[in-house]
Amino acid sequence: MAAASDEFQARIDREERIEPQDWMPEGYRRTLVRQISQHAHSEVIGMQPEGGWISRAPSLERKVILLAKVQDEGGHGLYLYGAAETLGVSRDELIDAMHTGKAKYSSIFNYPALTWADVGAIGWLVDSAAIVNQVPLQRCSYGPYARAMMRICKEESFHQRQGYDIMLALARGSAAQREMAQDALNRWWWPTLMMFGPSDADSIHSSQSFAWKIKRYGNDELRQKFIDQAVPQAEVLGLKIPDDDLQWDAATGHYRIGAIDWDEFQQVVSGNGPCSRQRLAHHRQVQEDGAWVREAVAVHAAKHRAGSDGPKAAARNSDTAQEGRADAAV
Amino acid sequence: MPLFEVFVRSRRGLDHQHVGSLRADDAEMALQYAREIYTRRREGISIWVVRSADITASQEEDAPAFFEPAADKPYRDATYYELPKEVKNL
Repeated sequence: MAAASDEFQARIDREERIEPQDWMPEGYRRTLVRQISQHAHSEVIGMQPEGGWISRAPSLERKVILLAKVQDEGGHGLYLYGAAETLGVSRDELIDAMHTGKAKYSSIFNYPALTWADVGAIGWLVDSAAIVNQVPLQRCSYGPYARAMMRICKEESFHQRQGYDIMLALARGSAAQREMAQDALNRWWWPTLMMFGPSDADSIHSSQSFAWKIKRYGNDELRQKFIDQAVPQAEVLGLKIPDDDLQWDAATGHYRIGAIDWDEFQQVVSGNGPCSRQRLAHHRQVQEDGAWVREAVAVHAAKHRAGSDGPKAAARNSDTAQEGRADAAV
Repeated sequence: MPLFEVFVRSRRGLDHQHVGSLRADDAEMALQYAREIYTRRREGISIWVVRSADITASQEEDAPAFFEPAADKPYRDATYYELPKEVKNL
């Protein structure tokens, strides 16, 4: 065991990836299941605040863009569930853990998207923050997670840009539209900063995750990176960051912010966010409503399998038909 | 639900490459899911799905027996051979 665990850490120290069939400490597996499934749940729950605006998008173009974006989030959830499943957990267990509150998702999605400008602010701020978080995860020591992150990061920059594009259009629009954009920024700024999690000093999961190279940068470091990117972007929009203490620190080359309200964060994380109950209830409802589809597909597949063993079905699924299909694939 | 591996050919003339895996009840559904999950942005012109259980894979512990015999045969690489500087196009 000691030898296996030494070899495991040595492999990580050499910057080699850990793959599903490799020996790994139970804690490593547990940490990854927690983190990857939380990430997957966030993607899927994240479809809700924006999904509500698909039917109310202000133009057909904005509507198809938003549809594509929300569809991406679902796809990202699937990449991540797939990565989590390589660790020996089932999708049902993961979903169940979310429904019972054992598994969390990002606190940000417990806030409501009240106006169309919120769709812009979510894309610009929330997806930018997600990118800052996710870029280093592409080098995470666990291979399947790192590969899922590469795929996700590539698609995420579209999300960020389309959000900023919405904010630009509003900021350049009428006084009412500018006001709407400012209001969205006011409401989303602080929750976005909380997405990076508590200060490193207070984070319970950090040090071991660093040694295992699941995590490579501290929460505060990533938060700062996001702030330094977002402040000048807000200036281009002509919007004001809702923080009277915000100032440029020439000595360090970073923006300094005011105090984050960690009590609010704790409230939202522990299930008392403005939309916490609604988000989970909706997910549960959709899961139940879709049960008949999953059952039907399973029955169809079972029937098909049973049928193709018999002589009749063998004639129906003749070898030539199968070959034709294979040809088409080449 | 069985696991499927997904391979995508990005354009004609290139190999199908492994892009990931997914769960589906049967191959037809796996193909539909693969289209939705892995090719939303013109990533491919053809998809293969194959049940993961049907793949026979070499094992980590067999790696020495499998791959080490190649390690002491550097003469199989062109770079093994040193040429006089004046020799061109070889």
